[in-house]
Amino acid sequence: MKYEIQPTLPPPANTVGAIGWMRKHLFHGPLSSAATVIIAVLAVYLLTPVLQWAFIDADWIGDSREACSSGGACWVFIGNRLEQFLYGFYPSEQTWRLNLAFVLLIALIAWMLIPRLPGKGWAGAITLVIYPIIAYYLLIGDAFGLEYVETHRWGGFSLTLVLAFVGIVAALPFGILLALGRRSAMPIVRSLSVTYIEIWRGVPLITVLFMASVMLPLFFPEDINFDKLLRALIGIIMFQTAYMAEVVRGGLQAIPKGQYEAADALGLSYWKKMILIILPQALKLMIPGIVNTFIALFKDTSLVVIIGLFDLLAIVQAASNDPDWIGFATEGYIFVALMFWIFCFGMSRYSQHLEKLLHTGHGNRA
Amino acid sequence: MMKKTLAAAILATTALSGAAMAEGTLEAVKGRDLLQCGVTNGVPGFSVPDEQGNWQGLDVDVCKAVAAAVLGDAGKVKYIPLTAKERFTALQSGEIDVLSRVTTWTQTRDTQLGLNFTGVTYYDGQGFLVKKDLGLQSVKELDGATVCVQSGTTTELNLADYFRANGLNFTPVVFDTNEQAASSFDSGRCDAFTTDLSQAYGLRTRMSDPDAVVALPEVISKEPLGPVVRQGDDQWFNIVKWSLFAMLNAEELGVTSANVDEMKSSENPNIKRLLGIDGPKGKGLDIADDWAYQIVKQVGNYGEAFERNVGMGSALKIDRGINALWNQGGFQYAPPMR
Repeated sequence: MKYEIQPTLPPPANTVGAIGWMRKHLFHGPLSSAATVIIAVLAVYLLTPVLQWAFIDADWIGDSREACSSGGACWVFIGNRLEQFLYGFYPSEQTWRLNLAFVLLIALIAWMLIPRLPGKGWAGAITLVIYPIIAYYLLIGDAFGLEYVETHRWGGFSLTLVLAFVGIVAALPFGILLALGRRSAMPIVRSLSVTYIEIWRGVPLITVLFMASVMLPLFFPEDINFDKLLRALIGIIMFQTAYMAEVVRGGLQAIPKGQYEAADALGLSYWKKMILIILPQALKLMIPGIVNTFIALFKDTSLVVIIGLFDLLAIVQAASNDPDWIGFATEGYIFVALMFWIFCFGMSRYSQHLEKLLHTGHGNRA
Repeated sequence: MMKKTLAAAILATTALSGAAMAEGTLEAVKGRDLLQCGVTNGVPGFSVPDEQGNWQGLDVDVCKAVAAAVLGDAGKVKYIPLTAKERFTALQSGEIDVLSRVTTWTQTRDTQLGLNFTGVTYYDGQGFLVKKDLGLQSVKELDGATVCVQSGTTTELNLADYFRANGLNFTPVVFDTNEQAASSFDSGRCDAFTTDLSQAYGLRTRMSDPDAVVALPEVISKEPLGPVVRQGDDQWFNIVKWSLFAMLNAEELGVTSANVDEMKSSENPNIKRLLGIDGPKGKGLDIADDWAYQIVKQVGNYGEAFERNVGMGSALKIDRGINALWNQGGFQYAPPMR
């Protein structure tokens, strides 16, 4: 007998490729098919007018509202005001300073992001310590021959970024300290930390901002005027620190007791134990929580609208009240939503990348 | 109760800060060579940033007029956008020198907050918009009508009061925001739409056919809007007050930003006094003799400011109505400069 292995037949045509995928995922039985058809019809029915409005009927070029006559979205409004939306009332011949600060930040983040580049520790240190100083002088000026730009001229997306970045950079270290304080064995340190966290976590951010802008000035003498942006920033940092502390505490509690005891057995001091053993493990576990807090903070910055600071949202609202452009608020809000989404989504992707990068197998012990 | 406590707290702090105020506002403004003016964060026609980020509007022109009078340059103004809630604190705490932010003059604000209103830049009031093709002449004909209105505001209460007082029936259709109310009126949900007239005109420009919508003549509430200063600094109060009077007098005398230089050689004694060639000049106000000339030259008279920002020269197209001069059927009246 001669045995011969028959060549493998290809799978039936209707189980591979696009058709196969559709059979499996979209038309798997009568119920699934019906759902697919209904959803498809609904999607076409609902999305067509949106696409029609946003793209097909939209006006893209022009320099006044007369260009918006086709009845669709008026992106001319956004284009015309883009500089204001991005830079606020920053003097237009000085906006290169904002651009430079932004490009520097992107470069630093890229340095930390791209695995091939060396010196990650330096990159982190520069971003957290040196960069804020550079950015401060770039933005405010009044030194190194740069023109002084008062903070009340800041606005738009650059102000949103300033609020978010300062909040994030300052809240993390303070939050770690507070979390360590709350888990400390020293009663005074512990009770102070607990009090701080519970007080700040117990009030809404909007109240904090409101106090900073409305009540605080009444307690100062008339000739002392704290900068409004600074007051808002301090409020945001104080508030965010309390949240960050609780995220960090969650991470610290997840580290098994054995790690603490091992560090003690090695004779390490408290700070060495924390910095070398506990925090590196804990921070890794905290990434989702930390990024979650950052994204929330990024979006919360738009609350400064209630104290009259022109962040991205507020400046778009103001622009849509310009008599020449009244009636295009929808386009403005879509633009704001898109900007926020891009940045929040970016942060979320970065955190996932970070988790994978730092994944050393501990998570899969179970 | 809460309000009373807050008011008392504000009052107490104001009294304190008033005492701490050593130098006058005029010296402070001259010293920093800059006027700090509180404005809105975007109300069409009154204060709104334009495409270049320059503030425009009727309230903004008041700031410019004060700067022109005191510093000789209408450009030396720092505009501080404020929300409705912070505006009085900002003034009390000295963050701003003048508040020019669509603020209604009421007894409480004038007497209990340590503030003074210097005049009325715009007589606002609640009015009604209807479609032209209904052929209505008066609110009295709105018996049985449906009226679109924003909920939870004095607007809604005024509406009910007015209709009850006149024995008219109506069905209110309430909305969270004025924009929603206006667009529902536009799409035919209601026969009429009511809000403050200055806002009604702004909202009208967004409607599908603004020319087919008219305002009825009745105005059912009083909303006099004007600049505000701190109480207890009479010199500064006078300066802000007379800056507006100068704009009104200039309009009455026919002096505009275009013809003010020719008018300098006018023989009219009133014009001579206005432009500081004769009469009291800057005496008593402690500012330059040509202060009113600078206002008219750099900002314009009241009529120019009105037309440019809210009137026919703007997108709002608000009729002068009661904001016309006293000798043209309106309320705007300034004491003589002599």
